Amino acid sequence: MTAHDYPEVWQRRTPRARLVQWMGWLCLVALFVWCWQVMTANTIWAFVTDAPRQAADIGSRMWPLEWGYVPELLLPLWDTINIATLGTIGGVAMAFPIAFLAARNTTPSAMILRPIALFIIVASRSINSLIWALLLVAIIGPGLLAGIVAIALRSIGFVGKLLYEAIEETDARQVEAVEATGASGLQVLSYGIIPQIMPAFWGISVFRWDINIRESTILGLVGAGGIGLKLNASINTLSWDEVAVILLLILGTVVVSEWVSAKLRRAII
Amino acid sequence: MSETYPTTWRRPPQIIRSARWRYAVQLGIAIYLALALGTIEVDWGRVADGLARGQRFAAGFLQPDFVSRWADISRGLIESLTMTLTSTVVGVLISIPVGIGAAANLVPAPVYFVCRGIIAVSRALQEVIIAIFLVAMFGFGPFAGFLTLSFATIGFLAKLLADDIEEIEPGQVEAVRATGASWTQLVNYAVQPQVMPRLIGLSLYRLDINFRESAVIGIVGAGGIGATLNTAIDRYEYDSAGAILLLIIGIVMIAEYGSSYLRKFLQ
Repeated sequence: MTAHDYPEVWQRRTPRARLVQWMGWLCLVALFVWCWQVMTANTIWAFVTDAPRQAADIGSRMWPLEWGYVPELLLPLWDTINIATLGTIGGVAMAFPIAFLAARNTTPSAMILRPIALFIIVASRSINSLIWALLLVAIIGPGLLAGIVAIALRSIGFVGKLLYEAIEETDARQVEAVEATGASGLQVLSYGIIPQIMPAFWGISVFRWDINIRESTILGLVGAGGIGLKLNASINTLSWDEVAVILLLILGTVVVSEWVSAKLRRAII
Repeated sequence: MSETYPTTWRRPPQIIRSARWRYAVQLGIAIYLALALGTIEVDWGRVADGLARGQRFAAGFLQPDFVSRWADISRGLIESLTMTLTSTVVGVLISIPVGIGAAANLVPAPVYFVCRGIIAVSRALQEVIIAIFLVAMFGFGPFAGFLTLSFATIGFLAKLLADDIEEIEPGQVEAVRATGASWTQLVNYAVQPQVMPRLIGLSLYRLDINFRESAVIGIVGAGGIGATLNTAIDRYEYDSAGAILLLIIGIVMIAEYGSSYLRKFLQ
C-alpha cells in the first residue's frame, strides 16, 4: 500500500498555476496604473472636485421641465425616425449583395472579391455612425440626407457580417437538391439559399432598425438632422430644462422602438 | 384516372400568408416611403459642390498623411488607448458586484431590483449623451471620457453577466451549498468557475467596443482620437482625417482578431 502525502488544505490550483495567475494580474494592475497616470497627466483636478456642485447646478436648472417645448419637437422626431428607417433600408440593400460576396459558400471569387467584401464590412463596423455623419456633413452638407447615408453606411457592416454568417450556416443539401434540377447560379441562390436565410434577414434588419433609431437621435449633434439638432441647440444655449425634455422624449422613443422590434422579431422567428 | 398537374409552380409566400394582409402591408410601406421621402429636402447644388470635396476626401483616404499632424494624432491615440484600458478595468470591477446583484438566483428581491435598475439606466442612455453631461460636469479631456466609458461598460457587462449567472448549472451550486458553504464561498466556488471564461471573453469584447466608442465621444469634448479627427475635418485636412480613420480601422481590426484569439486561448 502506497502512502500518498495529501495536503491538509485543499487548493483549487497547483502552485505553478497560481504563480502564473498572480503574475498575470500583477501585469494588468501595473498596466492599469501606468495608463491611469498617462491619462490623467493633464487633468485639471479642480474641475473634477468641482463636479458635484456642477451636477447639482445642472440638476436644479432642469427643474421644472419645459413641457411647452414638446410640440416643437415632434417634427424633428419624425425626421429622426425617417433617418433611421430610410438609412436601414439603404444599408440593408447594400449589405445584401456584399454578404453574398463575403460568404465562403457563395462568393464568386475567394481570392479577390471576398477580401474586398470583408474589408468593407470591417471598415463600416469600426467607424461609428456619428463619425460617418461628421464626414458626410462636410461632404454633402448638413441635413437629413447626410444622416440617412451615415446610418446606411454604418449598417452595412453589422447587417453584412450577421447575414454572411447566416449564409455560411445554410444547409448544403437543399442547395444541392436545387442544383440537381439543373438550376442556374441565380436560381440556386433564389430557391436554395434565400428561403433559408429569410428569417435571419428580417430579424437582423429589424434589430438594426432598433439600433439605428437609438443612433439617429444623436446624429444632429454634428448637423445631420433630426432631434439631435434641437438637443445641440438647447445644450449650446445651456437651457437644461429643454435638454431634459428632449432626453425624456428620446428615451421614450427608444423604449417604444425596442418594444416594436422585440414584437416583430418574435413574430418572424 | 388522369389528374392534371399545373405546369408552372409559384413559390408560396413565406412570411405573411394571407393575401389581404400582404397587400395592406405593402400599401402601408408605400405610403410611408412616399411620406418619408417627401420630407427630405436635398440641396442638389450643395451636394454637387460637396462632391469635389468628397473626391478630395477619397484622395486623402488613399494617400493618408500621417506625418504633418503626427504629434496631435499620437496624443489622441494615447489618450484613447489609456482611456479604453482604464475604463474597461474600472467598469468590469464595478459591474461584477452589480451583475451578481442582478442575478435572481443569488440575491433577495430588493437587491435584484436595485441592480437591474442601475443596469437599465446605464443601458438606456447613449454614450455620447452621457459624455455631454460628464464633460459639462468634469470639464473637457479624457477624464470625462473615462467616466463615460466606465458607466457604459457597467450596463453592458453587468447585464450579460447577470443573465449568464441566472443560466448556470444549479447542481453545482447545490453541491457546494450542501458542504455548508457561506454565501461568499458559494459565489467563489460554485458560480465563479462557471461564468469566468465568459466574463473574460465579454471583458475583452468590451475593450474592443470601448476603443471604438472612445473615437466618438471625443467629438463632444471627452478627449481621445475623436477630438483629433473632429479638428482635422474642421480644418478640411482630409489627408490627416484619412490617416486617423485608417488608424482606427487598423486598431479595431487588431483588437478584434487579438481578442478572438485570446478568447480561444483562454477557454
